[in-house]
Amino acid sequence: MAVMTYREALNEALREEMERDPDVFLMGEEVAEYDGAYKVSKGLLDEFGEKRIVDSPISELGFTGLGVGAAMAGLRPVIEFMTFNFAFLAIDQVINHAAKMHYMSEGQFSMPIVFRGPTGAALQLSAQHSQACETYYSHAPGCKVVTPGTPADAKGLLKAAIRDDDPVAFMEGELLYNFKGEVPEDDDFVIPLGVADLKREGSDVSIVTHGKMIHVALQAAGKLEKDGIEADVLDLRTIRPLDMDAILETAKKTNRLVYLEEGWPYAGTGAQIVSMIQEEAFDYLDAPILRVTQADIPMPYAKNLEMMAKPSADHVVEAVNKVLYR
Amino acid sequence: MAQTKEKKAKKNSKKAGSLLEEVGISEELALDLLRDMLLYRRFEEKAEEAYAIGKIGGFCHLHIGQEAGAAGCIKPLRSDDYVMSAYREHTQAIAKGVPPRAVMAELYGRADGSSGGKGGSMHIFDAEHRFMGGHGIVGGQVPLATGIGWKIKYREEDTVCVVFMGDAAVNQGAFHESLNMAAIWNLPVIYVVENNEYGMGTAFSRVSTTEMVKKSCAHGIPAHVVNGQDVLETYASFRDLAEEVRNGAGPQFVDLQTYRFRGHSMSDPVSGTYRSTEEVDRAKKEQDPIALLRDILMKEDLLDSDALDEMDGEARTMAQDAADFADASPKPDREALYRNVWAEENEHGRLFFDGRDR
Repeated sequence: MAVMTYREALNEALREEMERDPDVFLMGEEVAEYDGAYKVSKGLLDEFGEKRIVDSPISELGFTGLGVGAAMAGLRPVIEFMTFNFAFLAIDQVINHAAKMHYMSEGQFSMPIVFRGPTGAALQLSAQHSQACETYYSHAPGCKVVTPGTPADAKGLLKAAIRDDDPVAFMEGELLYNFKGEVPEDDDFVIPLGVADLKREGSDVSIVTHGKMIHVALQAAGKLEKDGIEADVLDLRTIRPLDMDAILETAKKTNRLVYLEEGWPYAGTGAQIVSMIQEEAFDYLDAPILRVTQADIPMPYAKNLEMMAKPSADHVVEAVNKVLYR
Repeated sequence: MAQTKEKKAKKNSKKAGSLLEEVGISEELALDLLRDMLLYRRFEEKAEEAYAIGKIGGFCHLHIGQEAGAAGCIKPLRSDDYVMSAYREHTQAIAKGVPPRAVMAELYGRADGSSGGKGGSMHIFDAEHRFMGGHGIVGGQVPLATGIGWKIKYREEDTVCVVFMGDAAVNQGAFHESLNMAAIWNLPVIYVVENNEYGMGTAFSRVSTTEMVKKSCAHGIPAHVVNGQDVLETYASFRDLAEEVRNGAGPQFVDLQTYRFRGHSMSDPVSGTYRSTEEVDRAKKEQDPIALLRDILMKEDLLDSDALDEMDGEARTMAQDAADFADASPKPDREALYRNVWAEENEHGRLFFDGRDR
């Protein structure tokens, strides 16, 4: 195992996949000469040249569509969004073109493309720069959604996403880029899409979550432990494909569940998960499933208000106590 | 500064022999172009008929009146060149080599259609013939074609990509973002506006204060005005342009001036609040690309009415054959419903969430 940051893990994944396959290229704003807005692509321009590490104009719709067309013609683009907040300009190209092309052409054109960048809130960036965007993408059949929360997951899942023949929205966490963790040194460390990871084991309650919220969940589980409550913390890692077996397993084990996510509650990922659990494991539940989400408001700027709006470990503890009827 | 080449519409009075010579088109090729356009016309009329009796559903946009924009632009290309279009693309698909039967079967929503009946009129695809769709969002295909140009350059191929759009598409951000990128990376893409003067029911002059030919100027992309009712001029222009682009001239912009003889789609009126019946009738009388070429060829004794009738009979037979084929083709089976949503169904995890049996 090597210890590295989430940023370095992503960088390694990109480097290895570009070495492996000459059809892989990276395009986005500031990815080349600037080394990436968050330095994920640091050093790659020197290594692969400007043909494969490409600074784009600030034209999210345009360069996303360029990637989709290039994928249609056989390349494997990695399109970087400086953040997914800016990708709303490009969502027509992702949903209407990338996600539907394979179906509309009855399988004649596949779409091996990765759209990647940070999603969710950082610190005091206010409303337009602080939102979790997973559900916009997971809503559409044809688009896979991946949300790694640790350096190891970031590396193994990005490699899988680049190799996948479908479009993948690969959603990172801005506040995770400096987060350090162990990453296997295996030359070909790939984590298959669709496999959740039990980040902590307990038997009293399940906290199911994805993306950077796993750290909030683990923090909450630590607090609960002091109170004698042992929580399963299940990290979905990919939203689509979804590891429903793992979700049902933890639900059937603890019979009490809280879904934690960074995004808004309405039609959020948690809403989908709750719906499926009640359809498929209703008899196992000892309490209604609760969700912990961002407050149902645009993100405010003021530090104190922002802290109130974000889902916190305390919110999770409170929800766990409710499902345990404590 | 973008260079602007303006080519004036040829006068019909000009001698045909000299005209063919001037544009470097053989008599045989000229006759082929007429044959092609007749097929497109009869094919679209057959589609119109099938739509009227409910055999074709949804939106259906016909190319009638604009056939030179298929024959003249696509026939000069190589089979490995790429063509992409919007949703008025039936005849362009045929021009690129997609069998008329497969196109008609797609319109009918049948299993033998070019997309197995899952795309319909607006989504004709044929990977083998490098016909890249068939796209339904105005201007949405323009960045895709730019990406195909990117791939051609990335792999150092000598093919070109021709992308069609309607005049309304130039007001989309997708258009300008694409042209800018094509210019900075010198991509081998020919951006063709089939300028039929109306975006659905809105005259272009009402939604733009600049002329079409100026739309690529800001990006430094050469603009060319081509009379899209004159298939000989169109053919010659695209033959030359494709060669220039193949040799590294970079992206080009074409204002292909044309006119639509039918409504925007089958559900829209031919004329009415946005254009007069007189205007349409005048265009049909004076600007029919098939009639214009026919007259040139007849004047030059390259065609007589018997030969024309024979040619037209063949076109009608082919259109009828396509319709008969479509009619006989089976409806897509139940298994088709969930097929090809995903190119790769991962070993783990769930991809479908409707709870239905697949």
